[in-house]
Amino acid sequence: MTVRTTQRPGPDLDPGVYRDQLWAALREGDEYAAASAVFEGLENGLGAEQILLEVIAPAQGRVGEEWAANRMTVADEHVATAINERVIAALAHHPAGRVRPEHGRITVACVEGEWHSLPARLLSEVLRLRGWRVDFLGAHVPTPHLIAHLHRTGPEAVLLSASIPTHLPTAHAAITAALAAGVPVLAGGAAFGPDGRYARSLGATEWAGDARAVARLLLEGLPRPDPTAMHLPIEDLPHLADQEYTMIARTRAELVRATLTGLEERFPPMREYTARQRRHTAEDIAHIVEYLSTALYMDDVRLFTTFISWTGEILTAREVPTHTLGLTFDVLGAQLKDFPRARALLDQGRAAVTDSPHTPIPGNGKPA
Amino acid sequence: MDTTKTSPAGSLELRTSWASAPYPVVLADRSGTVVELNTAASAVFSALSPGDRLSDRVPEWLSEAHRRLSADDTVGAPEAPDTSDAAAEPTGRRAEEPRAAGSSSGQVGDRSYEAHATRGSDGDVVWWLVDDTDRRLAEEALHGERQRTSFLAEASNALLSSLNVNRCMEVTAQLAATHLADAAVIIAPGKGRRHPMTSCVGSGEVVRSIVDIDTTSMPGLAEALQGFPPVPSRWIDPASAPEWVVPEEMDGAVGSVVITPLPGHGTPGGVLVLLRTSGRTAFSEDAEVFARLFAARAGAALAAARMYAEQSSITTTLMRELLPPTLHQVNGVEFAGGYRASGQSDRVGGDFYDVHPGAGEDQESLAVLGDVCGKGLEAAVLTGKIRNTLHALLPLADDHARMLRLLNTALLNSHHTRFATLVLASASRREDHTRLRVTSAGHPAPLVVRRDGTVEEAETSGSLVGVLRSIKSTTTTIDLGVGESCLLFTDGITEARGGPLGDEMFGDSRLREALSECAGMPAEAVVERVQMLAADWVGRGRHDDMAVVAITTPRPDVFSALTRGATGRRRA
Repeated sequence: MTVRTTQRPGPDLDPGVYRDQLWAALREGDEYAAASAVFEGLENGLGAEQILLEVIAPAQGRVGEEWAANRMTVADEHVATAINERVIAALAHHPAGRVRPEHGRITVACVEGEWHSLPARLLSEVLRLRGWRVDFLGAHVPTPHLIAHLHRTGPEAVLLSASIPTHLPTAHAAITAALAAGVPVLAGGAAFGPDGRYARSLGATEWAGDARAVARLLLEGLPRPDPTAMHLPIEDLPHLADQEYTMIARTRAELVRATLTGLEERFPPMREYTARQRRHTAEDIAHIVEYLSTALYMDDVRLFTTFISWTGEILTAREVPTHTLGLTFDVLGAQLKDFPRARALLDQGRAAVTDSPHTPIPGNGKPA
Repeated sequence: MDTTKTSPAGSLELRTSWASAPYPVVLADRSGTVVELNTAASAVFSALSPGDRLSDRVPEWLSEAHRRLSADDTVGAPEAPDTSDAAAEPTGRRAEEPRAAGSSSGQVGDRSYEAHATRGSDGDVVWWLVDDTDRRLAEEALHGERQRTSFLAEASNALLSSLNVNRCMEVTAQLAATHLADAAVIIAPGKGRRHPMTSCVGSGEVVRSIVDIDTTSMPGLAEALQGFPPVPSRWIDPASAPEWVVPEEMDGAVGSVVITPLPGHGTPGGVLVLLRTSGRTAFSEDAEVFARLFAARAGAALAAARMYAEQSSITTTLMRELLPPTLHQVNGVEFAGGYRASGQSDRVGGDFYDVHPGAGEDQESLAVLGDVCGKGLEAAVLTGKIRNTLHALLPLADDHARMLRLLNTALLNSHHTRFATLVLASASRREDHTRLRVTSAGHPAPLVVRRDGTVEEAETSGSLVGVLRSIKSTTTTIDLGVGESCLLFTDGITEARGGPLGDEMFGDSRLREALSECAGMPAEAVVERVQMLAADWVGRGRHDDMAVVAITTPRPDVFSALTRGATGRRRA
């Protein structure tokens, strides 16, 4: 174990080998095996960054996929994530992971409401390995805490991570506040869209698709926001002037309740629902309203229709007829008479349900 | 210019009227020789008299304008309005009609004039001069004032954006270097001889450094840095500017240097040094006044940033004691904690937790989680006292009831009128399980999740502390097998309001349901799961302080794996 070989050719330098080992260990919840997989890779000559990005990150990605496909329970997913966290921590203490900072200071944070902190954590470690001084603030960082930190430390940039689109309005608040404090913002994570388009409409300085792109952008240097420009957040999203988002976001709970009642009237089987089923339905409606309001915030139809197609698939998998979705839109639409943008979104959503090929989510046991 | 309808310039009558006109009037012939001038003109051109050549006696702009006009006239005066049929004899026909023939303007001495020409029948030109010095000055002043106001407004916006001292100095240097001078250097008050220095040349990069300097090496610097007594900004001889103050990037020799103190709200605020290259005009009095206005704003912004930095460092230091600690594995038992204060910008509140590690591997570690009545900083201060008191009572931790009684007495005797509820859990690792002794003092009973997902409530109860003279409590013993967890939590979790319908409580049953999914999870994952569900439940709504601590029995091989891995390599 303690013999260190460098640049030995053969399968030992293939990150895939260790990735498979790590994945097997995560599947078993075996922290010991997970740690040995990673340290063995390190001893056989893989770089610490390679371990992070080509062994741990894909294994974690697979955890997410398996969970989404119902092949891993919530508990399994949490165990796997916790093990990865510990492995990353142990890696940071390994001699190969110790680096003297030669670049400036960087803040990494997840927006408020975002609990998936592992991608941001991996990114922090990669940047640390590349010689940046990194302050990793973790998951779910309230914007006031973030801004206080920025004023105190005056970093060269703040990296904001968000994975779920419904966090975009919160992300906008954080981006605006950070820019106003004179710190450039680099946005990343699935929430900002596959090409980062939402990052741009929210006024972020830059967007990056992966850790290496982040490192490259940082090295090039992000421009400081022009401190003399008096920028108002509404200028990013002029459509907010119609107040549709504001009104719907404020009355979300009432909307959900009224929709639930309306559905019961129009869809008799619902009256027989158990408490648990009713709760699920309420949660589904709440989700729809949340995505609807986010799509209104971003003025982006795709944000809504993508979610609706996905919901349709889930419902199909749960053997709930998808026409209940169409009904839900009817009931919602009836309450949103004075909201033309919202109604247009609902129409598009209805079309998305009908168009959806009802692809069932990957079934039991078979790899995706 | 209007076409002035006057009689021929040669008319004696008119010449007389010029003589007393309030505007300077000069009549010159085609060759540029002065024919006549009035009193007002004599006052302006004191050396000028009839017969003089204009070019010898009046400023070039006027004699040049006259020459151009006369030259134009000989080739056909294209600007003349009435040459339609008489191109061949340009002067002949127009001899009858004197007309306006253009204007020019320029300085005479320290005044400025507009000169309007009227051409007479004989090719003579009458120059009427109008003094526009005051108007021009007013216009210039207005323009300058507008520029300054907009720059100062811009500067204020820029300076107010950051509360970070370094950033503030960067912005100051940048603005000064682009708007006030060729280069700007800010020297901040330092410790001893070492001073932070920020410099910027033109629109280039800002350079930050620490310089080791003798402040008396630059005239005026030491006084300006002192801040009090107040000193005016002053010019210094560029030759006396020390080398270290001139930025390397500056092109050409330094022509002028101004030192302006930055007012610092009662404390020294630093010094702004403006430099111009010798190629550019030196600082005018105006520019210097303006620099002072800018310095006042920059100084105020820097003072605010310094005060913020000072306050935030005090807060950070004081807060460190109040913030919940980071928990980890102790003697074979996993501990993890999570905390969320009620206010959006609060970091601490009335909930608290602590883990006091046992001295040896077989010693008990004590976990405490509690809730002080109230929210915010005041409640947090009391949590600090309770935590300290409990720390002092640690040697008595083998008897929870006694520990609580002593804490109760201590709280009753303090001036705080608040009360608290808490849970004590002493944990020690045995071969294949963790032995827990748990006592609640008026606090929600901890929940235990078994390996198979069943959730049990710890059978303990007791009175809250800080109210009654005598209190009671019962302690229960729980064994946690591998992968089993005990969750201590505050009512901020169960009483969190939200959910899809907005106003439901998270409640006991939802917490139990969530916990039943946590069988076999590491302690951090349990805490994260519970925190996440509660936070999602609340959404963007208001909530109370929320605290959770999970105590878990890890697999026997787990905790040693990583430490062994890490230390083994450290030796290598």
